[in-house]
Amino acid sequence: MRNPLSDKIVTIKPSGIRKFFDIVNEMEDAISLGVGEPDFDTPWHIRDEGIYSLEKGRTFYTSNAGLKELKTEITKYIQRTQNVSYDADHEVIVTVGGSEAIDIALRAMINQGEEVLIPQPSYVSYEPCAILAGAEPVIIELKEENEFRLTAQELRDAITDRTKALILPFPNNPTGAIMEKDDLEAIAEIIREKDIFVISDEIYAELTYKGKHVSIVSLPGMKERTVLINGFSKSYAMTGWRLGYACAPKEIMEQMLKIHQFAIMCAPTTSQYAAVEALRNGDDDVAMMRESYNQRRRYLMHAFKEMGLECFEPYGAFYVFPSIKEFGMTSEEFAGRLLQEEKVAVVPGTAFGDCGEGFLRISYAYSIENLKIALEKIEAFITRLRNGKK
Amino acid sequence: MREQILAIIEKNSRINIKELAVILGAEEIDIANELKAMEEEGVICGYHTMIDWEKTSIEKVTALIEVRITPQRGQGYDNIAERVYKYPEVNSVYLISGGYDLLVTLEGKSLKAVSSFVSDKLSTLDGVLSTATHFILKKYKDHGTILTRKYEDTREKVTP
Repeated sequence: MRNPLSDKIVTIKPSGIRKFFDIVNEMEDAISLGVGEPDFDTPWHIRDEGIYSLEKGRTFYTSNAGLKELKTEITKYIQRTQNVSYDADHEVIVTVGGSEAIDIALRAMINQGEEVLIPQPSYVSYEPCAILAGAEPVIIELKEENEFRLTAQELRDAITDRTKALILPFPNNPTGAIMEKDDLEAIAEIIREKDIFVISDEIYAELTYKGKHVSIVSLPGMKERTVLINGFSKSYAMTGWRLGYACAPKEIMEQMLKIHQFAIMCAPTTSQYAAVEALRNGDDDVAMMRESYNQRRRYLMHAFKEMGLECFEPYGAFYVFPSIKEFGMTSEEFAGRLLQEEKVAVVPGTAFGDCGEGFLRISYAYSIENLKIALEKIEAFITRLRNGKK
Repeated sequence: MREQILAIIEKNSRINIKELAVILGAEEIDIANELKAMEEEGVICGYHTMIDWEKTSIEKVTALIEVRITPQRGQGYDNIAERVYKYPEVNSVYLISGGYDLLVTLEGKSLKAVSSFVSDKLSTLDGVLSTATHFILKKYKDHGTILTRKYEDTREKVTP
């Protein structure tokens, strides 16, 4: 029989997280700090709206780009948070999670062999999606000494004549890093000068703990060269609803819409109705969850400090990214032994890029009671390592 | 800061000052002072424990009693309310807008104990026009806590 597979997909490595997931799943009583989604249920009024839409028989396709009502609420949200206006009819698309938006943005913009800059550590899908879109991924290794922010110098050094776009993943998964306004201004200057585009993944925009999130689209001259990606998963605890969106200049959006309409048709209708309710009446829920994450973040940072585990202070998402370099082990070894010996699951930093070596991603989408138990075990583990015993 | 402290201790009054300071990013001394001030001002009235008596072997009956009363000149409802709340078996007394005046919650050892309280003590008070007693059969949720099911983490253990 002939080889049934595409060479391109075969060469792509499966997600590093998957491997770890299989090991953790074998272990029944493991305490996990490895989850990349909120621990809160979707607020009831939002779920109720989804149920109501089902009861009313709203079970058909929506238009390809999404419900008009929802697109309008999205533009209002960006207006009130970033003071930037988008045209709901031509510049907004509702997608199946932020993940689909990443994929179609890349496919709409990249020609074979063009370079896409991907800062790492970052979410697992950018690099494979770029490859599938025909791009040449160019990794920018972010540094702990810069709190894992992207600096102007790093960006300038990575740009070549073939550079087409930069993926901007902030607030960042896995590091929890944010880019503040002056950080963004510094890179925006280069982006305009070099005439490249930005795919800005702002899925954690609502979860920042040092002032409000600033989007790069709010800077002069940036809206016209940026695809802004956001969604409902993290801010409204709606991961399973699979709903995200993208805003982009009409010219790019038209092409993204084509891919979406042929591959997806439209995002889930029930989820879209629920999302309208989320944007209209969900601000208090978001504030409550943000405050709760912030308390846990402080709790973790304090605990790390007490046990002498080195960790820069992250101000976004719900992850901390401590360094384990002092133990002379790879991230994978450390995470593996922590799981075997203390039954605590964390994700090795290398799952998010080679430069995640020496770090762990620890999620604080867990109750403080849960964190407390896990931290005691982590402390016992590192104390044992430091004492040189088994 | 007050609002944040109250939001936390309303759910967990056992949290210690050190931990409160850590999660709120504040100094312990400031937290301690704020708690003390709120206790003195009567903002914080106590640190109670939420118990689901259903799960114990102790028999308890809880009733909600709607009470219609005649307000008294110069006193309004306060006088009668006071006569009601002084009974130790009375858990809470609220003045209510709408079809009746006082909502009284009451805990007794048995149906009989509650009904005799209502017929002997409550309805015989001067100014009490009528009462309607509702017995609680099952508590699903109390003080914002769901009693009928435990939180279960149904997420996948590791996700990107």
